Amino acid sequence: MTDTILRMSGITKTFPGVKALQDVNLEVRRGEIHSICGENGAGKSTLMKVLSGVYPHGTYEGDIQYDGELCRFSGIRDSEHRGIVIIHQELALASNLSIAENIFLGNEQAKNGWIDWNRTNAAADALLRRVGLAESAVIPVVNLGVGKQQLVEIAKALSKEVRLLILDEPTAALNDEDSAHLLNLLRGLRDEGITCVIISHKLNEVMGISDRVTILRDGRTIWTDETANLTEEKIIASMVGRDMEHRYPEHTPKIGEEALRIVDWTVHSPTQPDRALVRKANLTLRRGEIVGLAGLMGAGRTELAMSVFGRSYGVNISGRLFKDGKEIQARNVREAIDHGIAYATEDRKRYGLNLIEDIKRNVSAAGLSKLARGGWVDGNEEFKVADEFRTSMNIKSPTVEAVVGKLSGGNQQKVVLSKWIFTDPDVLILDEPTRGIDVGAKYEIYTIINRLADEGKAVLVISSELPELLGICDRIYTLSAGRITGEVPRAEATQESLMTLMTKEVQEVAP
Amino acid sequence: MTAAPVQVGKGVAAPGRDRAPRKVNFDLKQSGIYIALALVVVLFAVLTGGDLLGPQNLSNIIVQFSYILVLAIGMVLIIIAGHIDLSVGSVVAATGAFAAVMMVDWGLPWPLAVVATLIFGAVIGAWQGYWVAYFGIPAFIVTLAGMLLFRAVTMWILGNEGKGPFPDEIRTLGNGFIPGFLGNIGLGEALGGADLFSIILGVAVVVGMAIVQVRARAGRIRYSQAVDPMWLFALKVAVPALLVLFFVVQLARFRNLPWVLVLLAVLVVGYTLVTNRAVFGRQIYAVGGNLQAATLSGVKVKSVVFWLFVNMGVLSAVAGIIFAGRLNLAGPTAGNAFELDAIAAAFIGGAAVQGGVGKVVGAITGGMIMAVINNGMSLLGAEPKEVMLVKGGVLLAAVAFDVWSKRRTATAK
Repeated sequence: MTDTILRMSGITKTFPGVKALQDVNLEVRRGEIHSICGENGAGKSTLMKVLSGVYPHGTYEGDIQYDGELCRFSGIRDSEHRGIVIIHQELALASNLSIAENIFLGNEQAKNGWIDWNRTNAAADALLRRVGLAESAVIPVVNLGVGKQQLVEIAKALSKEVRLLILDEPTAALNDEDSAHLLNLLRGLRDEGITCVIISHKLNEVMGISDRVTILRDGRTIWTDETANLTEEKIIASMVGRDMEHRYPEHTPKIGEEALRIVDWTVHSPTQPDRALVRKANLTLRRGEIVGLAGLMGAGRTELAMSVFGRSYGVNISGRLFKDGKEIQARNVREAIDHGIAYATEDRKRYGLNLIEDIKRNVSAAGLSKLARGGWVDGNEEFKVADEFRTSMNIKSPTVEAVVGKLSGGNQQKVVLSKWIFTDPDVLILDEPTRGIDVGAKYEIYTIINRLADEGKAVLVISSELPELLGICDRIYTLSAGRITGEVPRAEATQESLMTLMTKEVQEVAP
Repeated sequence: MTAAPVQVGKGVAAPGRDRAPRKVNFDLKQSGIYIALALVVVLFAVLTGGDLLGPQNLSNIIVQFSYILVLAIGMVLIIIAGHIDLSVGSVVAATGAFAAVMMVDWGLPWPLAVVATLIFGAVIGAWQGYWVAYFGIPAFIVTLAGMLLFRAVTMWILGNEGKGPFPDEIRTLGNGFIPGFLGNIGLGEALGGADLFSIILGVAVVVGMAIVQVRARAGRIRYSQAVDPMWLFALKVAVPALLVLFFVVQLARFRNLPWVLVLLAVLVVGYTLVTNRAVFGRQIYAVGGNLQAATLSGVKVKSVVFWLFVNMGVLSAVAGIIFAGRLNLAGPTAGNAFELDAIAAAFIGGAAVQGGVGKVVGAITGGMIMAVINNGMSLLGAEPKEVMLVKGGVLLAAVAFDVWSKRRTATAK
């Protein structure tokens, strides 16, 4: 007999210009562990935000039935009140408060407005025993590792008498031991009757723990099935199996000499210096070649790129860099730029542009020294340069004195690219160059990338969209959990083969 | 100063959108403060029956507020970079005391003592810049500590009493006037006599300003950039020129140009050039506009912030010398609350609390607004509490206007 605890039907959620979810259906049985799988941007997190009331009733279409009742949550408190608790990928703990204070944050154990600390700490200790965390409830959360913080989040959920627990990528930041402990805990909770929904990229975990699996792709439900009927290959095929909906400009590469070689590159997390985000990565980029770097969220793509670009991310970085065959040092961004390396960030608003300045000053920002003599900038030359980019990159603005913050995403991206092209680099690293821009502008960006390669530059494209990588790259590296797991020429690559490499678990090799 | 390019909208709408009709797109925020200064001046000129603009009083306004304006120049740069300096009042006192010891106690020649004092200011700035830029402590805390530390240094140097008198040259810098090299000329019945050299200097400045503006416009046209229509351009050349001439003639009728005015003019021109044209100046705006983007564009962010504080220390020393020379005394309580006036001048002058926005000329204008309010109200016999009330209100109103206009542009998007 099946007993359905949650039925979401016909959920459609629209953001300005984008349909994030389209007629999505999800059915979760009481007491099961249900996994949701999909590529980056497939709509998994959006769906969970609809469920938990982060996007309140009225901002989406469709119905949520929970415990047989139609629910209209107006906020996260409503859903928590009904026993639905979501634990986000980025943990939401107040790091300087104690474990007990965090567990009962917003739900203080108080009498007449005064907190009963004995009751608080005793209840917290009991919850910690339940999740198998052998720590005192009075120590600050900041002293715990990520794995233990994850357990505190679950204890917090238990304190709210959770009946439906949603975990977004719970093991993405955990090591193998902590992951195993967490998954065991979830099995235990299932046996106590708590239903779990897990969003995960790690397919071996999905296969190991879940009772059923739902696939989302491009904001739609593809299917839901019993795990017993599935294989990892089938899940991968369904995750990527969309039509090639974009067109890519034709391009015949003229591949030349090696431009940049990265050898045994290892990067550690700045917040957890003992955790390696990139491990012994080896990449070679050649002139005239467009190389792709594929990896799921958290695989270490941006970390790899930014650490190469003048060590602008990470700590304890080791490995060697060779430019045109000669070993180089790029200890800061200036040195990297001087060596002819450019990095266009994935988050252009936060890291790429000065939004309150005009196009002209953004274009010149990284190459200002080329416009200056004796420390003084030639403003007229600057205008001329920016205006030439406005024409050649087709930046849609009547003047280069328009403020960048008011341009569309595609035009902002062209400003970022102009800025880096102006530094006249030999190697361009483009991190998600088409994120958040419309199809027409994407085509223009692809054309620009091809032109750069034809000019003899080496281009590394990082992208979450596999069709994009297959459409424009000559060769593709795959990254999984910080390791390069494959290097595939375009002719041999398919979405399925890349996804297999991107989800491949690499066993820890003893150093 | 070069002409601020006012963008002329040639149908500024993006293709396919039906907004932004043709109009001359005045930068409301920047021109707003000039209008505000004009209103304040007119208001007090009327209320004081013209005394505000009298020859001697104009001279007083400049001399009395010059050290705040010097501080405001350094302050606006720090604010553009997204920081703050609360210690400048104490640094003014400390550098003044340092100068007094060297000149009064040790009898060192004044040029040597001035150079040493400027270096002392630079060292103080380097100290604070180190903690802010390289150690990563918020400037608010570092300079709050500095406010106490350098006041303590002052008291340690001076004990509890003032030190003076200063050499004549230093007193002249704080208080004195350029000698009338060429004697007086008559300006007719109504105006009486005035110093010829001052007037020649004033005319030279006006001609220089006009030449710079015309050349800038020609340069923009040569590179086919948008320029103001001729009438607006002419207005922008003529209005400041007339104001400068009026100012100079009034000052020349009283005595001559005060030395501090000359010093101030040199500083304003120099720092305006740096902020508009120098690579370093651009980097200040880049750091304040988006720290991460500046870092990832290869700007040495820490070094920029460090040198800004060094610069602030040097300018504080300049203000310290002027102030001590003016009083002919370095006192333990000198410079009290100067930081507040300097910060207020920068914000009234259009600097943004979040950084990335601000102008040297704006800060000077903001400072002048406060100077005119101070002076005008004291001419009217107002009490200090009333002056503070009005200044506080003006500061709040100026920043409220800034926030409001930003929100308006945000919703208009």
